[in-house]
Amino acid sequence: MKRHLISAADLSRDDAVLILDTAEELARLADRPIKKLPTLRGRTVVNLFFEDSTRTRISFEAAAKRLSADVINFSAKGSSVSKGESLKDTALTLEAMGADAVVIRHHASGAPHRLATSGWINGAVVNAGDGTHEHPTQALLDAFTMRRRLASGASGVGEDLAGRRITIVGDVLHSRVARSNVHLLSTLGAEVTLVAPPTLVPFGVESWPCAVSYDLDAVVGKTDAVMMLRVQRERMNAAFFPTEREYARRYGLDGDRMARMPEHAIVMHPGPMNRGMEITAEVADSDRCTAVEQVANGVSIRMAVLYLLLGGNESAVAAARTEESK
Amino acid sequence: MDARTSDAARSVLEAPDIARVLTRIAHEIVERAKGADDVVLLGIPTRGVYLARRLAARLEEITGKPGRIPVGSLDITMYRDDLRLRPARALARTEIPDDGIDGRLVVLVDDVLFSGRTIRAALDALGDIGRPRAVQLAVLVDRGHRELPIRADYVGKNLPTSLRETVKVQLTEEDGRDSVLLGLRGTTPADGK
Amino acid sequence: MTMSDTHKTLLRGAKVLGGEPRDVLIEGERIAAVGTGLDADGGTVIDAAGQILLPGLVDLHTHLREPGREDSETVLTGTRAAAIGGFTAVHAMANTFPVADTAGVVEQVWRLGKESGYCDVQPIGAVTVGLDGKKLAELGAMHDSAAGVRVFSDDGKCVDDAVIMRRALEYVKAFDGVIAQHAQEPRLTEGAQMNEGVVSAELGLGGWPAVAEESIIARDVLLAAHVGSRVHICHLSTAGSVEIVRWAKSKGWNVTAEVTPHHLLLTDELVRSYDPVYKVNPPLRTEADVMALREALADGTIDCVATDHAPHPHEDKDCEWGAAAMGMVGLETALSVVQHTMVDTGLLDWTGVADRMSTRPSAIGRLTGHGRPIAAGEPANLTLLDSAYRGVVNPAGFASRSRNTPYEGRELPGRVTYTFLRGRATVVDGKLA
Repeated sequence: MKRHLISAADLSRDDAVLILDTAEELARLADRPIKKLPTLRGRTVVNLFFEDSTRTRISFEAAAKRLSADVINFSAKGSSVSKGESLKDTALTLEAMGADAVVIRHHASGAPHRLATSGWINGAVVNAGDGTHEHPTQALLDAFTMRRRLASGASGVGEDLAGRRITIVGDVLHSRVARSNVHLLSTLGAEVTLVAPPTLVPFGVESWPCAVSYDLDAVVGKTDAVMMLRVQRERMNAAFFPTEREYARRYGLDGDRMARMPEHAIVMHPGPMNRGMEITAEVADSDRCTAVEQVANGVSIRMAVLYLLLGGNESAVAAARTEESK
Repeated sequence: MDARTSDAARSVLEAPDIARVLTRIAHEIVERAKGADDVVLLGIPTRGVYLARRLAARLEEITGKPGRIPVGSLDITMYRDDLRLRPARALARTEIPDDGIDGRLVVLVDDVLFSGRTIRAALDALGDIGRPRAVQLAVLVDRGHRELPIRADYVGKNLPTSLRETVKVQLTEEDGRDSVLLGLRGTTPADGK
Repeated sequence: MTMSDTHKTLLRGAKVLGGEPRDVLIEGERIAAVGTGLDADGGTVIDAAGQILLPGLVDLHTHLREPGREDSETVLTGTRAAAIGGFTAVHAMANTFPVADTAGVVEQVWRLGKESGYCDVQPIGAVTVGLDGKKLAELGAMHDSAAGVRVFSDDGKCVDDAVIMRRALEYVKAFDGVIAQHAQEPRLTEGAQMNEGVVSAELGLGGWPAVAEESIIARDVLLAAHVGSRVHICHLSTAGSVEIVRWAKSKGWNVTAEVTPHHLLLTDELVRSYDPVYKVNPPLRTEADVMALREALADGTIDCVATDHAPHPHEDKDCEWGAAAMGMVGLETALSVVQHTMVDTGLLDWTGVADRMSTRPSAIGRLTGHGRPIAAGEPANLTLLDSAYRGVVNPAGFASRSRNTPYEGRELPGRVTYTFLRGRATVVDGKLA
């Protein structure tokens, strides 16, 4: 695995399967009396959040703490300095504090990439969501959830998602979750179909490794998992769709549509859900909806990522330099 | 000698020897535990797990309690003290028998006892899982050169070695044959311990 | 400057417009003679053998930033950069602080240019007050001022209101002015960060669609035709824009257009690095657009190269993409990029370069002393280029106050060895005189 996790597109199939397998082992920790491993003792993980996201932050925090890392939460939102300066200055501060990994959530697409390549810091960078670009750990936990639910063998260890048909529905244009999932799921061998009104499909999507449909009903019958993306009501004001009602009718998942899915197929949602918009309460609360499971799996996936980035010597840049100087 | 092994590696235990020492260890466990009622066998991946299963089968034979000896695996990767010396490793399975280890006699099983660091890590890992009545250690080969105050309770074969030598245990389940090979560093196949 | 009016300089063996070697004798502010075996007559002799002699370059689109953003550039540093790049005249864009929308501000810039002495500075006036597209600025007063403004532009912003654009086009006819339009439909480019296409879809950056440029150009060439005015299109960047301008010209309409050096060379693939040095407006487009722009410059559909030299302080680029300022410096690398993309590719000869970088921009800006032939009696505004030179761009050595070049570390051909502004060398041996 590389030193950073910036984009799901950077992961090879073997990288991705290794992360999923590692997470599968780490998930067993939840059944133990002591839900903690000493592995990252003495390592410092900084959660650098330029955007509010309590859910993602606590997931990373729990993951780091279960691996015994020291966790510093740095909420940079509402800083008075210009946004650009504050990313660089904040990075330099974190570097001075000896951060071994920086988990960054930022409103600007590419900010984690910039942090990893600018030379401002030496630690590993983990993208916890950047603008409308990517959210790779979300895609990993989604893939993990699918593998567990859809696997032929026990929890699917060692397997990818070859031949699985995954449908991603909703605001693809503004979704970092969709971008990361398209990359990761196709790397894992799944057949991905995006379903959205044409206004919410990115211009240039034809270069993506997936199919595109404007008709949810044409797709739900032949899918192994339907992933519903959150659709913000404000998009209506920018004329992406006429009304909430029309959106829900054409692209929402209700009980009738769910009933037409194959029996084994699951419903996924990265949360937080807009009940009544992209998903009805009936579907959200059904056994087939994995939203809560996805949250639990998120901790295992983030533990796996932190372990694989920080658990060995590859990412320990500072240590490597010390050795070289001997 | 097997064609796959280098000329410099020589076999110090063959399949019949391994079978014999495992049977002996099983008897010793029963003897020291005065039966095997509360014994839990935990193998350290990879080959320790196969050895633990073989020992469990023998214990069941000796005690006449088929399927009654709990056996599991204990991955110690996350507890190693040398993690930062190598790239992050893939994890192996930790499988604790359903009834747990609290109050039981846990016998850790590994293929080769060398520096003792693996067993130190295993003791730490055990501490996070429960509180056994006692912990004992069974190994197929003790090659010496301890770096920690750790010793085995049951030893298949004491094998005095130099640090330039490597000890490689092969088991049918993983390697297609049973043997213990002694070679020189860089001459035995795979990861000699 | 202490040089006497009759000081003589002899350029020996220069390839005038890339042609056969000639001696060019400069006397005072003018070219005294062009021929072979000329005598320096006690003046300075410069061995120009093998080098290309061009008329002094003219930039229609330069951001000198003064007044208001002297941390990024001043008229002095900007004109020094211009001289190093072989320019003898630049048009200073109006988006300063305060905006150059009054006679007072354009005269201030014009005066600062005079004082700098490195190249002529022709201020551009804003079309609307404060560049906000609502109310016409005092275009006539700016024209009548000492600065004699002929080119008006809200560059940085589009004059998007069709009625305002029409009125401006009509109004400047009274003094042979031209509106230079920054073609960008504002609603279609809200939140735009880069070219809208395959790369923006992957990077999750807001898209700047080609149609936002092309729709405005289409409207404005129609407006210009309707009211019989001339319109100039700034920094044309798409293949579609080329087609519209080509069509407008075929109708005989008075439309001119410019292209920047960076749009002749760079594509949006570079944005994958998320390095804000590639953030510019209009954005870097695709390979197909680059090729169409080169062709259009070669066949004259695009009239000229203009740098859109846009200096920014380090901190405005040393940040994440979304927070970064748009723009690139370009004066000091423009001729090298044109040589690399147009001359070395065989698309344009040196006569063509002289036409696209001096003659035509002078004509569009109605400059009288620039863009002239290299002949006896003409003003000695000249640029000598060592076209055989190959060098790696090192912004640390820039004369500009800013370093935001997309070419750092890139090898480019050609180096300006001498620039003459009315007979006086502003650049000697590649260094400021």
